Amino acid sequence: MSSSEGLKGQLSFLGGFKLTLEHLSRPRVTRQYPDEKKPKQPRQHGRHVLNRYEDGMEKCIGCELCAGVCPADCIYVRGLDNPPDDPVSPGERYGYVYEINFLRCIHCDLCVEACPTEAITESKLFEFSFTNRADAIYTKSELLVDDEGLPRHLPWEDWRDGEDLHSSGWMRATAPAGNAAYEGEVQWSGELGYGLRPPEGGQSGRRDDEATGTKPLREVLEAHLLKEDIPLEHRGMKGRIWRAKISAARHKKHLDEARSRHRASKAAREESRRPQTEMRGPK
Amino acid sequence: MGLEDLQHNFLTGTLEDLVKWARRNSVWPATFGLACCAIEMMSLGAADYDISRMGMEVFRASPRQADLMIVAGRVSQKMAPVLRQVYDQMMEPKWVISMGVCASSGGMFNNYAIVQGVDQIVPVDVYAPGCPPSPETLLHAILTLHEKIRNGEITRRKPIESRVSEGDQTAIAVGGSDGESGDVAGWVPEVPGAVRVSTPR
Repeated sequence: MSSSEGLKGQLSFLGGFKLTLEHLSRPRVTRQYPDEKKPKQPRQHGRHVLNRYEDGMEKCIGCELCAGVCPADCIYVRGLDNPPDDPVSPGERYGYVYEINFLRCIHCDLCVEACPTEAITESKLFEFSFTNRADAIYTKSELLVDDEGLPRHLPWEDWRDGEDLHSSGWMRATAPAGNAAYEGEVQWSGELGYGLRPPEGGQSGRRDDEATGTKPLREVLEAHLLKEDIPLEHRGMKGRIWRAKISAARHKKHLDEARSRHRASKAAREESRRPQTEMRGPK
Repeated sequence: MGLEDLQHNFLTGTLEDLVKWARRNSVWPATFGLACCAIEMMSLGAADYDISRMGMEVFRASPRQADLMIVAGRVSQKMAPVLRQVYDQMMEPKWVISMGVCASSGGMFNNYAIVQGVDQIVPVDVYAPGCPPSPETLLHAILTLHEKIRNGEITRRKPIESRVSEGDQTAIAVGGSDGESGDVAGWVPEVPGAVRVSTPR
């Protein structure tokens, strides 16, 4: 072993320091949870809320479909006939008892899909924990939104500012047969305001795919679909023309945007050049 | 004689605060990942959530060096005696977090193979709901446990009865356990089957 190799071997720990120094300049990845929260995904399933109409009527009609569909059996509903002089819900019946056991709920959102009146949706809250089992059973008074339509804040839940504004759930608009490219209408009544979102790609024929930034699901799926699963107006040559028109319009829009951007930047460059000459002029 | 046998006075008050501070900031969990919840638990230990901010980064493989058991996942009937043994081998003081709905109540596995709630086997301090709970939910549960350690009493200060009644009062003030909509307009429902089933506080 020569002396230079020995020195190199002895100083090899500097390589470790180099790595440490490199990591010092990198951005931090740790999320300081009690101080800040991770932003929630738009389809996050959190703690449920029971919605009301804007006139204060409850949306729940006590049909117990949510309890029937729940795979974890965590919902308990009892319906009751509305009192004739002071009805609680616009229907014939209302949910008299509504309880969700959050130590059983797996947040699958099947109740939200089953609900015919959009009474039950899921908020984005997921930071909560209990110190006893009784706290975990949310009764109707805890689930029901307040007069503003916002969910109630319970002491063992960690709500932050503005988080309760997204309490409406995302609903799949699949066909009863399970066809993923089904173009049924998403049943948003639009009557209760909080967190309503436009339907996403593949959810409705009337969506604005440019706005949501998603590729239409049917374009991906149509190659794999049976003929009868494709809507009539999109089949065959008709559909091909329709698709070509759509993509041409999209292409033209992108091109126009690029042109206008280019024009604006060119104008800005010229604008920045002109005052410099004017400033130098007096000197 | 342990610290628990001391009578409370002004000297032990400060000592108690010190001990609770020390316990709170070094809760070492035992590794007890049983199912998919364990992945979220590992995520909590990794750089993204970095549980060492709470002084908890050392997941001990030996129960004798652990203070906290995070039961992460479904507990099968065969695993139950093992879990109890690990709990018994842990040193006092020890705490248990039941992570996820499967550990807390069996979740969607309501069948003969899964223990319907780990609190049938060990005393649980904090339940974290979710399937699985996100790392932030588990962190919320851990912070709740820290708060429990901070507010708990090591030495004897009050008789048990007064503490219980105090807890009941806060519980009543906190939750709307009696606010059903049946009494909205003074209208009392007369259906005999419509009863409240939630657990009384």
